[in-house]
Amino acid sequence: MLAVRLWSVRNARLLERVYAVFEPLFAGLAPLWRRIGLDRAERPIAAAERTIKGLLFDCRMCGRCVLSSTGMSCPMNCPKTLRNGPCGGVRENGHCEVKPDMPCVWVKAWEGSTRMAGGDKIGMVQPPVDHRLKDSSSWLRIVRERADPVQSLTP
Amino acid sequence: MNVGTATLRSGGALEAAISAGRFVLTAEITPPDAASADAVAARAGVLKGAVDAVNVTDGAGARAHMSAFAAAAVLARLGIEPVLQFTVRDRNRLALEGDLIGMSALGIPNLLCLHGDDVKAGDQPETKMVYDIDSRALMSLARQLRDEAVLPSGRKIDPAPRLFVGAADAPQDPKPDFAPKGIEAKIAAGADFFQTQFVYDVVMAKRYFGRLRDLGITERASFIVGVGPLLSVKQARWMNENLFGVSIPEPTIARIEGAADQKAEGRAICVELIQAFAEIPGIAGAHIMAPQQKADAIAAVAEAAAVRGRPRA
Repeated sequence: MLAVRLWSVRNARLLERVYAVFEPLFAGLAPLWRRIGLDRAERPIAAAERTIKGLLFDCRMCGRCVLSSTGMSCPMNCPKTLRNGPCGGVRENGHCEVKPDMPCVWVKAWEGSTRMAGGDKIGMVQPPVDHRLKDSSSWLRIVRERADPVQSLTP
Repeated sequence: MNVGTATLRSGGALEAAISAGRFVLTAEITPPDAASADAVAARAGVLKGAVDAVNVTDGAGARAHMSAFAAAAVLARLGIEPVLQFTVRDRNRLALEGDLIGMSALGIPNLLCLHGDDVKAGDQPETKMVYDIDSRALMSLARQLRDEAVLPSGRKIDPAPRLFVGAADAPQDPKPDFAPKGIEAKIAAGADFFQTQFVYDVVMAKRYFGRLRDLGITERASFIVGVGPLLSVKQARWMNENLFGVSIPEPTIARIEGAADQKAEGRAICVELIQAFAEIPGIAGAHIMAPQQKADAIAAVAEAAAVRGRPRA
């Protein structure tokens, strides 16, 4: 929902703090996830992630979350799914050229990032999306990657 | 089936030879990993004059090389008639429409419409597959651009592209209730010719193309049967197990196994297959593929078979 998504951008600093607590907690539970089995944990955790981030960010479950680098504005909501800044079609009022009623995802990303302590990360170049990861949990991916940086590429 | 050049759809030599009832040979090359027209020439030059047309694969095995479009344009410039293989995996309809118009402008008369290998089989499995339209829709699109001279939007193309539209087929031993629905659908979609998967079984081919002939299908589209010189018993067994629709008979494998020079025997078998196919009514030609060998192998087989241009059976 757009209104909630815009709230998230306005409260990017708060969400950044919440995630700063959540991530180490979740990653710290790695032994638990591994006991359950990462593949077995995948479905319920992905469902939880989809629900929570779907509500807050209109998350599209790309599987490779970059919210911390994009001012809590999810770039997959850009009609062109641009992950490295806006296109040339941003309207004068800061709205999207494809969906004129929607503020540009990247205009919002810029606003959100200025509120965040780690807002500079918006300047990082994001690699192209790995389409194998679609619909998989990016939270669990952090656990997978810490366990095995190479193998983690496949969901 | 002698058709005057006025009715030809592509203006290409391959279609002309087929229409004149001559047995044709086509070959296949993979574009190089080199940003060089000379590298294309080095791969395909030996095929000039040896075959009627040369297919350029399009990201085969879901691996990137020089684009099929560029390689085909280079071939056309060298006087080697290309068959441009195009998958719908990597391009949406806008890109395809532009390329279908452009290929004709660059002197590429033949198009083989393919679905494309899954990217998971390739070396960049993280790639997004496009599949905006399927391969049959691509055939219909090519036919529409050519015959109606309009884009799907209705916008006119003047002049329209001249294209000979191809599809893939995998001959199998026909069961009693055999009904080639896939082939019928592809012809209905716009296929003028078919190039097939490897066929190593002459008896099966006789039955298969006999049935297609009985059904009148070989009158409506031309079938160019896939062949290839086997390098070794190991390769033959691998193909049997891993390549869709390929069945190399045990006697053929045994023959290579018993040969002192397996590679030479593989070529001899390929030559015999081409000659046998030239005797089967309903077969318009042979398509020689040798993905792990140089084009010299294809040229040698084509020359030894000595059936190109002969009146069709």
